[in-house]
Amino acid sequence: MASVTLTDVRKVYHGGVEAVRGVSFDVADGSFCVLVGPSGCGKSTLLRMVAGLETISGGTVRIGDRVVNDIEPSERDIAMVFQNYALYPHMSVYDNMAYGLRNRGTPKAEIDQRVREAARILDVEPYLDRRPKALSGGQRQRVAMGRAIVRKPQVFLFDEPLSNLDAKLRVQMRVEIKRLQRALGVTSLYVTHDQVEAMTLSDLLVVMNGGRVEQIGTPTELYRRPATRFVAGFIGSPAMNFLAGRIENEGTVTIDGHRIALGTPARGMLPGAAVEVGLRPEDLQLANGGGAQLSMEVEFVEELGATRLLHGRSAGGAITVQVPAAETRSSGTLGLAIDPALVHLFDPADGRRAGMAG
Amino acid sequence: MVERRTLFGRLLPHLVLLAGVAVVAFPVYLAVVGSTHESAVIANGQMPLYPGAQAADTYYRTLFIGPGRTTREPVSGMLLNSFLMAMIIAVGKIAISILSAYAVVYFRFPLRMAAFWMIFVTLMLPVEVRIYPTYKVVADLGMLDSMAGLTLPLIASATATLLFRQFFMTVPDELVEASKIDGAGPFRFFKDTLLPLSRTNMAALFVILFIYGWNQYLWPLLITTRDDMQTIVIGIKKMIVTSDALTEWQIVMATAVLAMLPPVLVVVLMQKLFVRGLVETEK
Ligand SMILES: Nc1ncnc2c1ncn2[C@@H]1O[C@H](COP(=O)(O)OP(=O)(O)OP(=O)(O)O)[C@@H](O)[C@H]1O
Ligand SMILES: [Mg+2]
Repeated sequence: MASVTLTDVRKVYHGGVEAVRGVSFDVADGSFCVLVGPSGCGKSTLLRMVAGLETISGGTVRIGDRVVNDIEPSERDIAMVFQNYALYPHMSVYDNMAYGLRNRGTPKAEIDQRVREAARILDVEPYLDRRPKALSGGQRQRVAMGRAIVRKPQVFLFDEPLSNLDAKLRVQMRVEIKRLQRALGVTSLYVTHDQVEAMTLSDLLVVMNGGRVEQIGTPTELYRRPATRFVAGFIGSPAMNFLAGRIENEGTVTIDGHRIALGTPARGMLPGAAVEVGLRPEDLQLANGGGAQLSMEVEFVEELGATRLLHGRSAGGAITVQVPAAETRSSGTLGLAIDPALVHLFDPADGRRAGMAG
Repeated sequence: MVERRTLFGRLLPHLVLLAGVAVVAFPVYLAVVGSTHESAVIANGQMPLYPGAQAADTYYRTLFIGPGRTTREPVSGMLLNSFLMAMIIAVGKIAISILSAYAVVYFRFPLRMAAFWMIFVTLMLPVEVRIYPTYKVVADLGMLDSMAGLTLPLIASATATLLFRQFFMTVPDELVEASKIDGAGPFRFFKDTLLPLSRTNMAALFVILFIYGWNQYLWPLLITTRDDMQTIVIGIKKMIVTSDALTEWQIVMATAVLAMLPPVLVVVLMQKLFVRGLVETEK
């Protein structure tokens, strides 16, 4: 197995599109790293540079202690799973999995043993003689995974492997990928724009935006302490509320005159400075009696079964609150209670997490 | 449009189709019938509409002896020449054009688009247009009256190159990338993935190009002078002499029938693949 190390990796396409602008991070041996970000942020490009499918314009990519910048994809000891699976349509499932091994001159008996084992693990044994065309989307996905694991690579690369599946199958395959990766212990890089996939799969989560890394950390770190407004809005579902506010003093912000206490002092911020106050819908509670710090006017309700989302307006902007299904209040003007420890502040100028550093 | 159609309304399309079939099939029928009568019967100007009794004799003479009074060449030799020519042209065209399409689509090299456009422009220059310079070149190379002279100038094909190019562009990039990761170089990718995927396209093209080669007239007429290099299409023409008395019409008819058979066989044998190649995109 091997770690993957990116150092100041850049990609400029022909025509001057800067898709990746200096990305550095380190994926430890055996861990699962997810690259997440909006469409066009350069995730696929970065992954394809690790795979060797795209030339590297600057910086270095290391797999283990080997710089692989100028090494052919087949020599990098990686395996990739594509979004559209990219199975060879004219080959049987068996041949699809065996092809790479044959090209490497692996002995026949060993190929057979590895393919059958992968087929068993992935539950595709009955289909070994079929063409990919005669398989369902989920089965194709498994075959694509099988093709990757028979090679016993140092690194798995996934580019949105689940986005062609329906919602239910996606959840199922997600769990399976995670289990498989744990069992095999292979270092993995996984690209997605689905933040739930990102949170659930990753040991290390890399949020990208505009060709740059916004924040790297464990999913919990990114959820609890988003370093930028972008990350705060991207991680967590439903998305965080952002309300326009002002610093009153180190321990308080005001939103349109409503005073909200801060758990950690807003150090280094001048009183009167504008801030964006980030509040997660699931961190807000309906106030009982007189404890309301903010109030909202409910406009409509989304029923989710176990919980309910109240959408409406409050001082400082639109707001969404998640309440348990047992909650009976769901219309009119409601008071909100805010836990000081769960207030996030962002500098409106550069979007960075403000004041509460440390 | 669900409408109750009258009996006449349902018959009409069939009648029209039958009329069409009759128009196409009647001359063929005449040729078959003509090849079964004695020479004198047709020469008299009384073409019978029923088969005669001379079939075995006529076809034997046609294939192995040839018309006694005119070309004296047995048609079996011409059939072989035509078959070789059509095969070489069809296979050659497919081989060359699939390789050039592969180069144009999958490789970045200097003047790639220039090469592509040059191929494209030759669409405007069929054999008939460039016949004099082509003849000169072939003559200077000493290839008159040879199979090479007969086929080489017809092998280059812009149409087939364009067709393969269009097909290759529909093959997902990920297949190339998966091949790269699977350790297949350019040659392996071509052989293991692109060729098998192009199978039906090649079959469809083969049918079209075989018939194209088989039907060549002008070029073989120019390039071959020796009787044993004759193709069957030329052979038929040479059997017909202006003086009707000398023309052995039953043999001409038999030759025409024989000339029709190989293309028909190719179409029939390859029909399944041919149709799939035209309609299906197997990806
Ligand atoms: N071959 C190319 N030539 C030029 N520009 C490209 C090329 N491929 C991608 N780009 C550009 O590079 C940027 C990053 O593309 P990339 O495919 O990495 O995005 P992504 O994060 O994977 O997005 P998505 O979630 O939509 O897949 C985009 O702006 C895209 O337009
Ligand atoms: Mg992408």
